[in-house]
Amino acid sequence: MSKLLSPNAGPASLPRRIMQQGRYETITMLRNGEQLILAVVLPLMALVGLTVTPLLDGLGGSRVDVATPGILALCAMSTAFTGQGIATGFDRRYGVLRFLSTTPLGRGGLIAGKILAVLVVLFLQVLVVGAVAGLLGWQPRLEVWLPGLGLLVLGAAAFTALGLLVAGTVRPEATLAITNLLWILLGALGGIVVPADRLPSLLQGIVHFLPSGALGQALRDAFLLGIVPFPAVLVLLLWTVLAGAAAIRWFKWN
Amino acid sequence: MRSPDSPVLTIDGLVKDVGPLASLDGKMLRVVSGLSLVAERGQVTALLGANGAGKTTTLECAQGLQKRTGGSISLLGADPDTAGADLRSRVGVMLQDGGLPPSARPIPLLRHVAGMYQKPMNVDALVERLGINQFSRTSVRRLSGGQKQRLALAAALVGNPEILFLDEPSAGLDPQSRQMVFDLIAELRDAGMGIVLTTHLMDDAERLADYVYIIDGGHNVVEGTVAELLQHDHAGDSAITDRTLYFDAPGGLDFAGALGPGLQLTETRSGSYSITGAITPRDLASLTAWWAEQNIMPASLRLEARSLEDVFLDISGRDLR
Repeated sequence: MSKLLSPNAGPASLPRRIMQQGRYETITMLRNGEQLILAVVLPLMALVGLTVTPLLDGLGGSRVDVATPGILALCAMSTAFTGQGIATGFDRRYGVLRFLSTTPLGRGGLIAGKILAVLVVLFLQVLVVGAVAGLLGWQPRLEVWLPGLGLLVLGAAAFTALGLLVAGTVRPEATLAITNLLWILLGALGGIVVPADRLPSLLQGIVHFLPSGALGQALRDAFLLGIVPFPAVLVLLLWTVLAGAAAIRWFKWN
Repeated sequence: MRSPDSPVLTIDGLVKDVGPLASLDGKMLRVVSGLSLVAERGQVTALLGANGAGKTTTLECAQGLQKRTGGSISLLGADPDTAGADLRSRVGVMLQDGGLPPSARPIPLLRHVAGMYQKPMNVDALVERLGINQFSRTSVRRLSGGQKQRLALAAALVGNPEILFLDEPSAGLDPQSRQMVFDLIAELRDAGMGIVLTTHLMDDAERLADYVYIIDGGHNVVEGTVAELLQHDHAGDSAITDRTLYFDAPGGLDFAGALGPGLQLTETRSGSYSITGAITPRDLASLTAWWAEQNIMPASLRLEARSLEDVFLDISGRDLR
């Protein structure tokens, strides 16, 4: 044993710790079958569904051009909100958050690792969805990618903050129920894949203020029209800041 | 007995309130009330107490997992509440509930934790030493309680800590793995690590601890080496020489007349007797001589000194538990 034990040489560097945690969380997410259904299978089914039905006709672009930005927004919600929220909720239940926060990783590094994993998985989702949409005829202009991806990251930030808020304040079973239910409700009626003006008039006034509606709108404007809609950006920023502050204030580690 | 080097942990007058609790009409509950202890390098320091005595809360305050209400804590010379990565890298923590992700497999998990340190232990050697290779293909959720304990111990050790916290380290261990874990703890102590553990098992404390703090009602009531605790009457602080002699033999009560001064003879059940008090070699000789005279062969004869359990029960009150 004394051969095993050597003098303590301190922590690995902060970037290495975050990379390590990000890689670990990414692999865990990708190995989770239910998560993959939510992150890839259901969005692809929605994408195909929207391109073979006339639901999105007459919105200023081909079906796949209108559908794909919304599907990317849906992907962000799957990974950042539902997937990451459920994983964090159960990590909290099993004391994983407490154990890891006693290692050099710490609480800050843990959150940074989770954000990194969300971004990596989201990047892989963009590749898959982009490739399938490409086969269906999606050909966005090169210059719309930068604002489009920037808005997607902002949306992921808002949904990560919301997911952490839910995971850190209620029991994991409740997190599971809430994040899955909201994924379905917001996915269908939240203005994320179906634009606000195709929703019942009762909802039209509300969805612009939801993170789902704002992100769906922002991505459609960016990819279809090449513009960045500031009201939607403002809504996403507000959700990020408010949910982030609430998570910092109320997140329970045990 | 205490080493003069700077302690790995000093807790002075720790107070911790939790709540507000609905069960107390929204009032706070004081779970630790003025607990103090010192843990040295190269020693095993045990916090011994019943469930709910405040042991785990004390450890979690020292680990920075809970913010204390009052008192001071010095962990390797620093305040755990403001600990950075440098301090955390020198502290190993094994939580009572393990804190291991259920879907993980043991070796990738250990490699992951090892990645948080500049120069971690050799994971293969650690896995071999704790017998983790026997279940390395099983996910955490399918491990037995004892296997989880060994994996949690490995995860706490992998960073070469200077102080190691173990919350109920022998919980769920079968006799073999308990021996394995206890041998390892003893070796780590001999290599200079400061080890702080909680237990409600007297036997753990007797076998492992260099120094014991008995915790009751949120504060430390008695402290000392195991030998010191066994030798003293903690109610009156006089030296204790009490022993109990147990025997099974017919007609035991007839010996009462020949009993030495201050000794008590009790029939524990039919044919079984105990003599309690400051039993001397002369008392033993007179009992066996009396049997020789009567031509009685006792079925059993057993002499016991005080155990830590007796000390613990003396202090925390038999009627309370």
